[in-house]
Amino acid sequence: MHEFFAEYGQLLFDGTLATLAMVAIATVIAYAFGVPLGVLVTVTAPGSLRPHRGLNAVFGWIVNVGRSIPFIILLVALIPFTRFIVGTSLGTAGAIVPLIVAATPFVARMVESSLAELGPGVIEAALSYGASTWQVIWKVMLRESLPSIVRGASITLITLFGYSAMAGAVGAGGLGDIAIRYGYYRYQDDVMFATIVILIILVQVTQAVGDLIARALDKRNR
Amino acid sequence: MIQLKNLSKTFSTRGVEHTALEDVTLTIEDGDIFGIIGISGAGKSTLVRCVNLLEKPTSGSVVIDGVDVTGFEGRQLSDLRATIGMIFQDFNLLAQRTVLENVTFPLEIRGDDRADREARGMELLDLVGLAVKARQYPSQLSGGQQQRVSIARALANRPRVILCDEATSALDSLTTNSVLKLLRQINREMGVTMVIITHEIGVVEKICNRVAVIDGSRIVEQGSAADVLADPQADVTRRLLGRVRWDA
Repeated sequence: MHEFFAEYGQLLFDGTLATLAMVAIATVIAYAFGVPLGVLVTVTAPGSLRPHRGLNAVFGWIVNVGRSIPFIILLVALIPFTRFIVGTSLGTAGAIVPLIVAATPFVARMVESSLAELGPGVIEAALSYGASTWQVIWKVMLRESLPSIVRGASITLITLFGYSAMAGAVGAGGLGDIAIRYGYYRYQDDVMFATIVILIILVQVTQAVGDLIARALDKRNR
Repeated sequence: MIQLKNLSKTFSTRGVEHTALEDVTLTIEDGDIFGIIGISGAGKSTLVRCVNLLEKPTSGSVVIDGVDVTGFEGRQLSDLRATIGMIFQDFNLLAQRTVLENVTFPLEIRGDDRADREARGMELLDLVGLAVKARQYPSQLSGGQQQRVSIARALANRPRVILCDEATSALDSLTTNSVLKLLRQINREMGVTMVIITHEIGVVEKICNRVAVIDGSRIVEQGSAADVLADPQADVTRRLLGRVRWDA
């Protein structure tokens, strides 16, 4: 055990940091795009604040197309685009672009379903007090859905841990890369097993922290 | 004064037309407690939503204090709505905000600063008897308390009219009475006109001075509450009053 950590400890530590960096940066940027997209899908839906059949179809199409491409294929298909954006398709930087592309529609769908939990009554009430569309989106829809959106964020993070491990297959850094290089190509089962344990811990901690924050934020049922 | 003139509203869903209102004409005078009663599906919720244009009438006009507001949009519409309070059957309070933040929400929308709106909010919570609950959340209150909070919220902008959409339908009879008394007190002391949508004749008996009966999308009877209750003309009014011939 001691020898194992002496030999691979630094490698696994660096890999974990690379995975965390990739996933965290991709999630933040995916939310910057995904929240507006989810809001647009919601408010352009029939009977919502700004119904618009055409735009709703376009936004819905973007979300569905993004979600229907398996990540491993997206990863390869995006290589030219990734090179164009960050200059390389390799390493941590190279993985972030496909992660953002995959996560954005996922986040949009998650936000859309959080917003859908909110009944039409509170939106109507806000409108009846003279709230503008923007005020309803910001002060009612997003604010009231915040606990649910936070729960969605932990699901997004966990999904991206999985995706980031797949990115290892095309030479991105992180735990997935280590698992493939050492575990698969060199038959070092112990290293692969260690990456699995670390991923399990990351997922558990993310879920627990997400639940904790969501519960602290939620003012219902107290 | 609110005048609804030849108001009609037709909804169409996937090509199927549904008439919710047909040629409705009503006048609500300042200071009235005006009841609009009908069985469910009669069109009364649509009717009250035409007053603040949450529903746009298909034809006809809404005239408030002599101004035709039917075509109002954007800023003009928001300003109009701010002068008309509204309360709902399910209260529609914001679950993630405190009681005080709910009451001051209409002022926040208008852009008042925090100190001013909190002072006004506390004044209103005092009026509805819930000042001690200011820092609590709606889920910690009973139904009757939540409706009082929403009445305080409806008063925040100092409206001249409050629209009540089945405001007591989710409450038990004792709570109903206390909410109705509060509405009457606000009407008498502050001169706020009340438009009360209900399916319960008891609500009309208790506080309304005028009433319109709506059935099948049309107004079938209207007049002073005393006259209509004493001598109902329309069949539906008699049924709502419970005067049915059970053997028929």
